[in-house]
Amino acid sequence: MTDHPVAYIFNGQVLDRTDVPVMPVTRLRRMTIDHVSGGGSISALFAVPQGDRFRMHTVLCDPEREELAVLAADVDNAYPALTPDCWAANWFEREIFEQCGVRPTAHRWLKPLRFQPQAHGVAAPLAGLADFFSMKGEEVHEVAVGPVHAGVIEPGHFRFQCHGETVHHLEISLGYQHRGVERALIGGPDRRSLHYMQTLAGDSTIGHTGAYCAVLESLGGIQISRAAETIRAVAAELERMANHIGDLGAMAGDVGFLPTLNYCGRIRGDVLNLTALLCGNRFGRDLLTPGGVRFGLDDARRAKLLQGLDEVEKDLQSAVPLMFNAPSVMARFEGIGALTADLGRRIGLVGPAGRACGLGYDVRNRLPYGAYRFDTVPVVTYPSGDCFARAYVRWLELEQSLAFIRRQLSASGLESEILKACPALQPCSLVVVLAEGWRGEICHVAATDRQGRFAFYKVVDPSFHNWFGLAQALRGQQISDFPLCNKSFNLSYCGHDL
Amino acid sequence: MRYALLHILFALAFAPLLAGVINRVKAFFGGRRGPSLLQLYYDLFKLLRKGAVYSRTTSWVFRAGPCIALAAVLLALVLTPLGTTPALLAFPGDLLLVVYALGLMRFVTVLAALDTGSAFEGMGASREVQFSALAEVALLVGLLAVAARVEAFSLSVLARQAWSGGMAWPSDAILLLVAAALLVVLLAENARLPFDDPNTHLELTMIHEVMILDHGGVDLAMIEYASALKLWVMGAILVSLALPLPTAQPMLNLVAGLGAIMVLALLIGVIESVMARLRLVRVPQLLVTAGILSFLAVMVAMR
Repeated sequence: MTDHPVAYIFNGQVLDRTDVPVMPVTRLRRMTIDHVSGGGSISALFAVPQGDRFRMHTVLCDPEREELAVLAADVDNAYPALTPDCWAANWFEREIFEQCGVRPTAHRWLKPLRFQPQAHGVAAPLAGLADFFSMKGEEVHEVAVGPVHAGVIEPGHFRFQCHGETVHHLEISLGYQHRGVERALIGGPDRRSLHYMQTLAGDSTIGHTGAYCAVLESLGGIQISRAAETIRAVAAELERMANHIGDLGAMAGDVGFLPTLNYCGRIRGDVLNLTALLCGNRFGRDLLTPGGVRFGLDDARRAKLLQGLDEVEKDLQSAVPLMFNAPSVMARFEGIGALTADLGRRIGLVGPAGRACGLGYDVRNRLPYGAYRFDTVPVVTYPSGDCFARAYVRWLELEQSLAFIRRQLSASGLESEILKACPALQPCSLVVVLAEGWRGEICHVAATDRQGRFAFYKVVDPSFHNWFGLAQALRGQQISDFPLCNKSFNLSYCGHDL
Repeated sequence: MRYALLHILFALAFAPLLAGVINRVKAFFGGRRGPSLLQLYYDLFKLLRKGAVYSRTTSWVFRAGPCIALAAVLLALVLTPLGTTPALLAFPGDLLLVVYALGLMRFVTVLAALDTGSAFEGMGASREVQFSALAEVALLVGLLAVAARVEAFSLSVLARQAWSGGMAWPSDAILLLVAAALLVVLLAENARLPFDDPNTHLELTMIHEVMILDHGGVDLAMIEYASALKLWVMGAILVSLALPLPTAQPMLNLVAGLGAIMVLALLIGVIESVMARLRLVRVPQLLVTAGILSFLAVMVAMR
C-alpha cells in the first residue's frame, strides 16, 4: 500500500474529512484487492452521496500492522466491481447498489440485501421477492425455510437446493428486520441515537453501544476515566460469556443432548443477572453512555460479582466438558460445516467463526481499545473450522473472559469518576471505531458535517461478514445438519438488517 | 380373556402416561422439574376441543390418515399380549398381522404427509420410509427367530413361553439378541433419541414430527394418541419377550407387565438423557445392526 496517499489511523482516531485522500476508483479497487489477498480484511465498504456523485469509502484493517487504512474514491453511477477478485466485498457491493444505485459492473448477483427503499425514491421491493439460484435435474428438490420459523427466532429466508439429503447450495435472503437505523442517525446525535444503538442487535447491546460511545468520545475529543473503561470491558466480557454459554447450550440442544442444554440455559441467566447487578438490566441497557458509564461498582457489588463468577465457573466446568466428552455429541460436531482458513479469509469471516478456522484476528488483541490496551486478551484459535471448532473456541474464550474480568476487578475504586460530560462533536471529521463484540468485529464509521452533526453513520455488524460463511459451510452437508451449523454461527438478523 | 380385556383397558388408559414418565426422567437428568406426568392427557383434551385447519392442497387422504392410523394401532393392540396375559385375539400368524398393522399405520401417516405437498413433509416421509424399511426387517426377523425356537406362530404363545421361563432365559441367547434388536427398533419406530428428537422444533432435522406438522385439532389428538399406543404395543412385545417373571397369579402377571412397561419408559428417558442424536446418515447403520442381531438370533434358533 504505497505510492499513493493513504490515511492510516489507529482504532478510534479522528480524521479531518479533507485529510482522507480521494483516489481514482480503479486505484481504490486495486489497493483493496491487494490488501485482502495480502491477508488483510475489509472492515467497511460503503458509498455516501457527495454532491451529485457518490463517495466510496473503504476501511481496511491490517491486523499485522495494528492499524486501519481509510481509502476514498468518487464514483458516478457505476464502477468496476471488486467482488470477482475479492469475495469479501460481495455483500458490501450489494449494499452499495441497493442504497445508492451505484452499479458495481461485473458483479453477477446484485439482488437486494435488505429490500429497503432505494436512493432515488424507488419504493422498497417486497422482502424476499427476488431471484434465487436454482438447480435443475432429476431428484433435485428445493426446500424453503422461513421467514416464519418454528422457534421464537428472527425472520430470515433460507433456500436450499438439495439432491436427496445433500445440500448443494444454500441462499440466505434477509432484510425482514430492516428498520432504517443508519438513516435515522443522520443529523444526530440526538436523544434517540443511543437507544437505536442499544437495540441494533439486542444481544450485542454492550458491543454496539460501546462502539457508538467511542465514536462520540473520539469526535468530542475526550478520554473516559480508567474506571469507566474497566466497567465497560467487564460488561462486554459478561455479554460475551452469556452469549457463548447460550450458544454452547443451544448447540447441545440441536443434537438432542439435554443436560448441557438445560444447564447452559440456566447459567446464561446467571451471567445475565451479573450484568443486571452492574446496572439493573440483564442486557446492559443504559449502562454505557457517551462520556463513561452510568453506574459505578462499589466494593460490595464487586465482591458479589466475583463470587457470582466463581459459581458460574464451577457450574460451567460440570456442564460443558460433559458435552465435549460425550462421543455421541462429538460425532455430530466434528467435521460438520467445515470451512478452511483460506475460504474463511477470502469471504472475510470475523469473530469466533473466523477464529474457529484458524484466523487469528481479534480486535481486542490486534487493535486494542479501552481497558484492552492495558490488559491483553489472548487470541483463541482452532484450526478445524467445523462445528466443533466453533463450539470449542467459544469454550476457550469463556475461560479467557473469566480470567480477564477477575483481573479487571482486582482493583477497587470503580465507583467514582465514571462519567464525564461529552462535548459537542468536531465538525467535518471522520472516525472509525472497531470493537470486538461477542460475534466478532463491530465497525462503526461516523462523519460529521460543518455543524458537528452526523453526515452519515455506518454500522457493520459482524453478522454482515459471516452470513455468507454459513451459506458456504452448508455446501455438501446434510440438510438435517443445517440447524446445528446455523447455531454454531448464531448470527444476528436485525444486526444485519439494521 | 378377562385379563386380556383388562390389559387393553390399561393400555388405552395409561399409554399417554409413558410420554409423561419419559419426559420427567429427562427433566430430572437436566436438572429441571419438567412437565406434569399427565401432560399428554392435558394436550389430548386440549386438542380434542380444537377445530382443525385444512390446506386446500390436501385431499381426503390427509383426513383419513389419522383415523386409519389410530384404527391400525388399535388392531395391533388387540393382538398384543403382555407376558403371560394373552392377547384378546390370538391365532397362528398374528405376529405378522401386528407388524403389518403397525406398517399400515406408518403407511397412512406417510401418505397424509405427502398429500400436503410440503417440502418439509415430503422430506420427513422419505426419511421415515427409508428407516422403517430397515427397522421392519429387524422387527420381523427377530420375532420369527423366537417363533422358530418356540415352534409357534402366535405372539401370545411366544410371550407366554418366554415370560414363564420356558425358554431357559437367560441362557438362551436368542432372547437377548432379539431384545436388543427390538429395543433399537422401538426407539426408531417411536421417534425417540438417538434416531429422532421428539423435542425439537427444527423441521429440517425431524423425521416423524415433520410429517404431522399440518395436522391439528382432533386429527393431531388421534395421531398423538396413536403414537402413545404404538409405544405401548412395542413396549409390551419387548418386555414380554425380554423379562421372565413367572408367577402363578394372572393378576400379578398383569401388574408385573405394567410395571415392566413403566420401567421401559424410565429406560428410554435415561437413554434420551445421556446421549446425543445420531447424524441422519448414521441412522441406517444402527438399524442394520439391529437387523443383524435378529438374523443372528435366527441362526441360533435354527442351530
